[in-house]
Amino acid sequence: MVSFWDGYLWPGIVIVAQCVALIVPLLIAVAYLTLFERKVMAAMMLRRGPNVVGAFGLLQPFADGLKFLVKETVIPAGANKVVFLIAPMLTFVLAMIAWAVIPVSAGVVLSDINVGVLYLFAISSLGVYGIIMAGWASNSRYAFLGALRSSAQMVSYEVSMGFIIITVLLCVGSLNMSKIVEAQRDLWFAIPLFPMFVIFFISTLAETNRHPFDLPEAESELVAGYQIEYSAFAFALFMLGEYANMILMSAFTAILFLGGWLPPLDIAPFNWIPGFVWFAIKIVILLFVFIWVRATLPRYRYDQLMRIGWKFFLPLSLLWVVLTASAIVAFGWYPSKA
Amino acid sequence: MIIPEIAFYLFSVVAIASAFMVVAARNPVHSVLFLILTFFNAAGLFVLLGAEFLAMILVIVYVGAVAVLFLFVVMMLDINFVELRQGFLQYMPVGVAIGIVLLIELVFVLGTWVIVPEAKVFAEAPPPANVTNTHALGQILYTEYVYLFQAAGLVLLVAMVGAIVLTLRTREGVRRQSAFAQTHRRREDAIEIKKVLPGQGA
Repeated sequence: MVSFWDGYLWPGIVIVAQCVALIVPLLIAVAYLTLFERKVMAAMMLRRGPNVVGAFGLLQPFADGLKFLVKETVIPAGANKVVFLIAPMLTFVLAMIAWAVIPVSAGVVLSDINVGVLYLFAISSLGVYGIIMAGWASNSRYAFLGALRSSAQMVSYEVSMGFIIITVLLCVGSLNMSKIVEAQRDLWFAIPLFPMFVIFFISTLAETNRHPFDLPEAESELVAGYQIEYSAFAFALFMLGEYANMILMSAFTAILFLGGWLPPLDIAPFNWIPGFVWFAIKIVILLFVFIWVRATLPRYRYDQLMRIGWKFFLPLSLLWVVLTASAIVAFGWYPSKA
Repeated sequence: MIIPEIAFYLFSVVAIASAFMVVAARNPVHSVLFLILTFFNAAGLFVLLGAEFLAMILVIVYVGAVAVLFLFVVMMLDINFVELRQGFLQYMPVGVAIGIVLLIELVFVLGTWVIVPEAKVFAEAPPPANVTNTHALGQILYTEYVYLFQAAGLVLLVAMVGAIVLTLRTREGVRRQSAFAQTHRRREDAIEIKKVLPGQGA
């Protein structure tokens, strides 16, 4: 049975260990992102934020998690039970499996596939199913309206995100996430492609249903939209999925535009710090902007959201694809053959 | 290695079962959800074949965009389930006939490799080593077949414009927001400061 051990069991254990090593820190990060959000928003609003559970409120996420666990799961009588329960699981699982292709540091990635960017794009485009299934299965008007808004919004913003990704890919010449980072060793793409960086960040706000584009759950008109019928841990799974998606999209932005795990300058004090620390710092900065936007801006109106997506971002990103491609051909800046 | 076989049978069995459920499910929304599952498993089979680019495009385009719109439309329909089932037996012969024709055609496609040995060269064309899937597809589409590829794009564009022209209706009396006019409005256009004396009014 040596071959069985060497061939299957040991590689299997290694793979599971790698997944756990990625997912456990991720879940802790999600838990503390909720606290970070509440603390940052509190500071911006001149409040204190959670400060009772543990020192500085550090145990607050676990108290919240425990509370979700012990509450009663209510399934509405009119709901389609199977779909109703699958929807939050789907949201959560999709937010987790996307991390398989995110390179945390040089060579530290679960699966270094050639089409990493496409995989990530595909998984993020699946995120809409969790919401639309939840909205439909709840059998409630508010939930359904939220789901319809969300699906229209996510499909619209994906288009311009796709074009922005193409712009970056034109400068890299590969769909591999690690190669995208390596291509930014001399210059982060945020500098030459600055307008695309801004548009991409705004699109990720819309893609994760965050403020100011959180129309699917607009609490003042839709009373939390697609989440309205969910309680206890099903609701917690939606929240975990949403925050995990925020971290995922920040990581994606950091890889595409901010040089992933690379230090800002490749000189002595900076390159002593290990790559994953730089990556984490960039993610935290982007997450801070996510929260800053939430604390600052009012919610967009639905027609304004659609207008800015289709009439402003889409033509602009398409123009940048053409400009980038023309510049590369005209000046011969072809990416080196990978 | 036995893992690829397990993965193949897993993807195939789920794909076939969910394809069957697309037809058999009572609720049309369930049908669409099973259709999505079928697409997803087809993408898994593509990955096993080594066509990772096609797999991802299948998920992005069909699962991420087309099926969302399907689901969108089906959820909005007001369907009477009882009425829907009534025509089942009436339409079944047509469906079965189409299925049989498709089956025969597929058998012929696969059978060609057996009947005509020369056709075997087309059966499998493994991409050269060190060229990724994406590069190989790009090389073919944008060099050898660039005109056909562009023509296909034009056909899609025409179809899209046609669909918009057919469904677009301009309503009278709709007040549209002009963000440009709004942001270029000056203080002087909107506000006039008057000195109001007490007892006299404006």
